[in-house]
Amino acid sequence: MSSFPSIAIASGKGGTGKTTVAVHLAAWLAGRGEAVQYLDCDVEEPNGHLFLKPVIETAEPAAIPVPVVDNDRCTACGKCAAACEFNAVAMLKKPMVFTELCHGCGACTLVCPVEAIREEPRGIGTVETGQAGPIRFAQGRLNVGEPMSPPLIRAVKNRRDPAAIALFDSPPGTSCPVIAAVRAADFIVLVTEPSPFGLHDLTLAVETFRPMDLPFGVVVNRADPADLRVQDFCRQQEIPVLAELPDDRRVAETYARGELLFDRLPEWRDRMAELWARIEERL
Amino acid sequence: MKVVITSSSQTLADPIDMHFGRAKFFILADTETGRATAHDNAQNLHAAQGAGIQSAETVAKLGAEAVITGSVGPKAFRALQAAGIQIALVEAPCPGTEALRRFKDGELPVLDSPNSEGHWV
Repeated sequence: MSSFPSIAIASGKGGTGKTTVAVHLAAWLAGRGEAVQYLDCDVEEPNGHLFLKPVIETAEPAAIPVPVVDNDRCTACGKCAAACEFNAVAMLKKPMVFTELCHGCGACTLVCPVEAIREEPRGIGTVETGQAGPIRFAQGRLNVGEPMSPPLIRAVKNRRDPAAIALFDSPPGTSCPVIAAVRAADFIVLVTEPSPFGLHDLTLAVETFRPMDLPFGVVVNRADPADLRVQDFCRQQEIPVLAELPDDRRVAETYARGELLFDRLPEWRDRMAELWARIEERL
Repeated sequence: MKVVITSSSQTLADPIDMHFGRAKFFILADTETGRATAHDNAQNLHAAQGAGIQSAETVAKLGAEAVITGSVGPKAFRALQAAGIQIALVEAPCPGTEALRRFKDGELPVLDSPNSEGHWV
């Protein structure tokens, strides 16, 4: 492992506090003088910029290659449609391409025996990079209405600075975008909350990440001493609880104003220090 | 004329399936001879995405010139149009035999734009 690890901050359920944990960890690490980069991989709704307030220096379009069929050359053999795992090519009189379903895998181009298929880029979003004080910043913005986010997430991760600790703020859930965001991370922080939904979706996230063979731990946000079901689950599953962040109305108030918590709630510095210590000992 | 009826079972006596892309069965019927054969659509019924597109491909391969169904999404509509297949609509579930009779009598409206939203995963 390099001296600059990458940490993905994920969760099964949305709204548990991934971005809160990610931006405060970034700000705390930077405050300690570490080289740190925050990468917002939640490309459908990137919101880390609201708190880190970066100056954006570069913005580049991201695209996937989609097939274009030369109907004069095409012999209508149908191999392209049969090869498509995503039903994006239909073999009618000639092949018909539905680019919005295409994942850009290139299988149709590969199997075409007469080289009747070429590839054209289809824009799916934008990758932005910049600087938020000492924090290096990158984020993806998926085009409105665009369903294909994993290639954009990979494009964001390609901006990883190898000379900085990387924090991947991941999308919620357990589907392809999450896998794209956490893949190749050195450690996953799973943020959850003590609600039946939080526990349920944490269970799904654990089932998703276990087979990926990546080390992970749990942060219980809005922790409630009267509800320890998440902690009990983690004990049974032998998953480390890295931090318990207490429920506090002031956190919500400060967050809603788009401010970092350290000025009003200085104890959050200690919480991030403890969280980082727990992560570091597992790297 | 060969016509496909989207069906909830393998027989035209049962109600038609109102969904095109994720219909349980396609019944290919010949309006002249009255002969009908059922074709399982389970593969598309369980597809994560693109069910309508692949169903249009299936219907085209069966050699149908028209399809009788209840609703067709935007991508299936484009695919059926490209294949030159006419879409006839029933507004409520009815037995396949009745839908076919009404089609032959010219009672069913022909769809000229998609009448259902697409589905995302």
